[in-house]
Amino acid sequence: METPDPVPGALSLAALAGSPRRVRRERLISRVMFCAALVSVVVSALIIYALFSEAWIFMRDVDWSSTWGELGWFPRRGIYDMPTLLVASLWTTLIAMIVAAPLGMGAAIYLSEYARPTHRAILKPILEILAGIPSVVLGFFALLWLAPNVVAHIGGEGGRGSMLTAGIGVGILTVPLVASISEDAMAAVPKSLREASAGLGARNAVTTLRVVLPAAVSGLVASLIVAVSRALGETMVVFMAGGAADAVIRTYSPYDGSLTMPSAMASLASGTDQVVGEGLTFQSLFFVGLVLFLLTLGLNLIGDRFVTRVREQY
Amino acid sequence: MTAIDDMTEGRDSEPLGEVGAESPAMPEVVFDVEELSVYYGEFQAVQDASLKVHENEITAFIGPSGCGKTTLLRCFNRMNDLIETAKVTGSLRYHGVDLYDSKVDAVEVRRRIGMVFQKPNPFPKSIRANVAYGPRVAGLAKKGPVMDDIVENSLRKAALWDEVKDRLDDNALGLSGGQQQRLCIARAIATDPDVLLMDEPCSALDPIATTRIEELMHGLKDDYSIVIVTHNMQQAARVSDRTAFFSVNVNPDSDNRTGILVEYDSTQQIFSNPSDERTENYVTGRFG
Amino acid sequence: MTLATIGTVARRGATGFERKRTDVAGGLFKALILSALVVSLLVLAVLLIDTVADAWSQLSTRAWDFLNGSLRSRSIDDKLGVKQGLYGSFWIGVFVALTAFPIGVGAAIYLEEYAAKSRLAALIELVIRNLAGVPSVVYGLLGLFLFVERSTVFGFVGLGWLADATGGRSVLSAGLTLAVLVLPIVIITAQEAVRSVPSGLKEGAYGLGATKSEMVWTQILPYAAPGILTGTLLAMSRAIGEAAPLILVGAITGGLTRNPELWDASGLREKFTALPIIIVEWVSERGRDPGFAEAAAAAIVVLLVLVLLLNMTAILLRNRFERKRG
Repeated sequence: METPDPVPGALSLAALAGSPRRVRRERLISRVMFCAALVSVVVSALIIYALFSEAWIFMRDVDWSSTWGELGWFPRRGIYDMPTLLVASLWTTLIAMIVAAPLGMGAAIYLSEYARPTHRAILKPILEILAGIPSVVLGFFALLWLAPNVVAHIGGEGGRGSMLTAGIGVGILTVPLVASISEDAMAAVPKSLREASAGLGARNAVTTLRVVLPAAVSGLVASLIVAVSRALGETMVVFMAGGAADAVIRTYSPYDGSLTMPSAMASLASGTDQVVGEGLTFQSLFFVGLVLFLLTLGLNLIGDRFVTRVREQY
Repeated sequence: MTAIDDMTEGRDSEPLGEVGAESPAMPEVVFDVEELSVYYGEFQAVQDASLKVHENEITAFIGPSGCGKTTLLRCFNRMNDLIETAKVTGSLRYHGVDLYDSKVDAVEVRRRIGMVFQKPNPFPKSIRANVAYGPRVAGLAKKGPVMDDIVENSLRKAALWDEVKDRLDDNALGLSGGQQQRLCIARAIATDPDVLLMDEPCSALDPIATTRIEELMHGLKDDYSIVIVTHNMQQAARVSDRTAFFSVNVNPDSDNRTGILVEYDSTQQIFSNPSDERTENYVTGRFG
Repeated sequence: MTLATIGTVARRGATGFERKRTDVAGGLFKALILSALVVSLLVLAVLLIDTVADAWSQLSTRAWDFLNGSLRSRSIDDKLGVKQGLYGSFWIGVFVALTAFPIGVGAAIYLEEYAAKSRLAALIELVIRNLAGVPSVVYGLLGLFLFVERSTVFGFVGLGWLADATGGRSVLSAGLTLAVLVLPIVIITAQEAVRSVPSGLKEGAYGLGATKSEMVWTQILPYAAPGILTGTLLAMSRAIGEAAPLILVGAITGGLTRNPELWDASGLREKFTALPIIIVEWVSERGRDPGFAEAAAAAIVVLLVLVLLLNMTAILLRNRFERKRG
């Protein structure tokens, strides 16, 4: 190494200015990164634009009496009865939650409060595998195994799909989601709280029920809200196991087949003539999509609020 | 790039102290700090610090925690730029150039002013790659004999060569803590800086490793100007030529703690005959 | 969860009778939650066993032909198989890797390193979180609008060139749609990986005079690579399993005449199908020809092998690096 610069004033401002080429290169890279980040914003804007612009045509031109109080969902005949879809969406979501809430939360409590680390290391990846199973597989399983082996024993028909069958399938699909968010919430509860409880002589179950669960309640609520949003948007399980084709008469019984919002969209799009139908068929797709989008967005925003609350608490 | 080349050539041809030295007693000023204040957002971390850092000397910053000594050190190579909210007022001249001039490029500054951090932070790469990192990003050398020379010289200067010469391609994380810190010194030297900033370089090390680093600093003084932040008064007394003592002003209204420079003098003066009572209290162990 | 509650709990448990009761209740509680986990795992087991059992007639006798065959109108057909679906799913995975990966990593680095804590970054992150929760079928609508229909935005920004470039209802459109769908997953996992890079490494690089991009390239990317790769693999597996957006973008369920080789890129702008679509189609065909139920199960086995392989690689990769870094 050479001796350090001994000359006073030998250093000029220009020497420290950095090479303009490097400065330009850095700025360019920074802009490229910014553009990458902007893609998500553009995508969001396009989703909203696409939904609103097409749904607007529907809302402008549709005979509104056909969207409320008609006998069912017959989009190709210009009858767009929204209650049909909403009732079916409610049923499948409700049934899904009856399945997913106890299973998901129970699994989460066991993993977080009871399982030994070695067991956890095996069980968690298995739950993650369940989370990775595509919904078409659950649709197949619901229709061909759950319907004859489970639904047939609780009053349903085993030979075809129904809201009940689809709901159970959707429920299984959302178990890992409920489990993972609940477990995160319980993991956020400080160890000191548990130790305080255990130190006072409380047993594991008591600590869990009276200390951990109340402390994690926002996260548990969030897990259910996010799961409801997921269930509302689930398409393929209901499309395959929901027991309805592309048109259906309104029904209030979960033992019947029907169409939820997303499965009605998929049905519309999968016909032989695909979405290019008569009149407002194409636009009705975007209208239903818009309703679904707003519903799930609202739920996600509420769920997000709950998750942040957990994080702020501890 | 070209600026660096010019400088290196210049250094070869001009022997030390031939041009422009004012007087033999007072070495050249490297950093001239005047009324420097540092803010993080609304919060003022350092208030109106003024001092001169001289060439080929070791300058120590001491003081209780939260007194702004590390903050000030990080102004010297503009590491504070990395904190979005940081703002600097006053003037800080490096060889006469205002470091916070809008034309100055922080990257260029850091290539001339090396820094060693509190915790040894070798990159999870080979020993060779660690030392070669700075010269490579500065474009001084790529691979080959030139780089090998830089690596060897830097490691020698950091008194690490004999310990690692046979395993240059081993992962640096396999070294002991003291070795890792000397590697970080070698890494900082490799870009051929004229100043080394050391932020509590021994705080994570055992006494033996600390002694080695202190010895190393004595040797490095001939080639570099060193500014060291330390929480260890004995260390400051042992290694430094000048010492700056910082203290904390607590604002009674907001409970904000602002660092102030209390006294700056030769180390001997600071430890034997400080002019400020607060300094005396601190160095005699009555406070802090 | 206040101390008072804990106090009462402890006091109640202090008498011998109460302790015994808590024990029973505690055991019952444990059994209850354990059964929740067991039922979940059992469902997974039944699903896998049932599917493989159904698939056995196809896979045990003609696995290779099944992988190479094409869509047929009858289930008993020597040429029945999933090659066309594999072709679609393969290229969907390729497009996701080629587009979502670089854009997602770039976005994550921008959010964590270039604009950290800025208001703009917070806004973009909010958008990304909400995008992650948008139902997949809505992404299908986006794909339909962008890549299939010749749409116009605000009456003057024509997007017809996009539809022309993708060929409308094609694998290209499907791949791009799914890339958009998994982009939030890639960004969020990459952000986590970037955030995990120790600040000492970053400072070390900056202290040696590295520029931001040099620091990112030499420190962040190598350190975060396993995490980023894990996220990308998970995203690809998600994309390969998705069906709803493909239906909207116009994957077709019959009448595909060509059966190109996997790497034959000439079919990218033409009509297409994909593995999940084939499964849906065959499930619906089983009323007419019950043999299609078994064919569907066999197609599921093929899909599951692909998806689980990607998933397990991702999980193993993550666990291995988590352990290595303590």
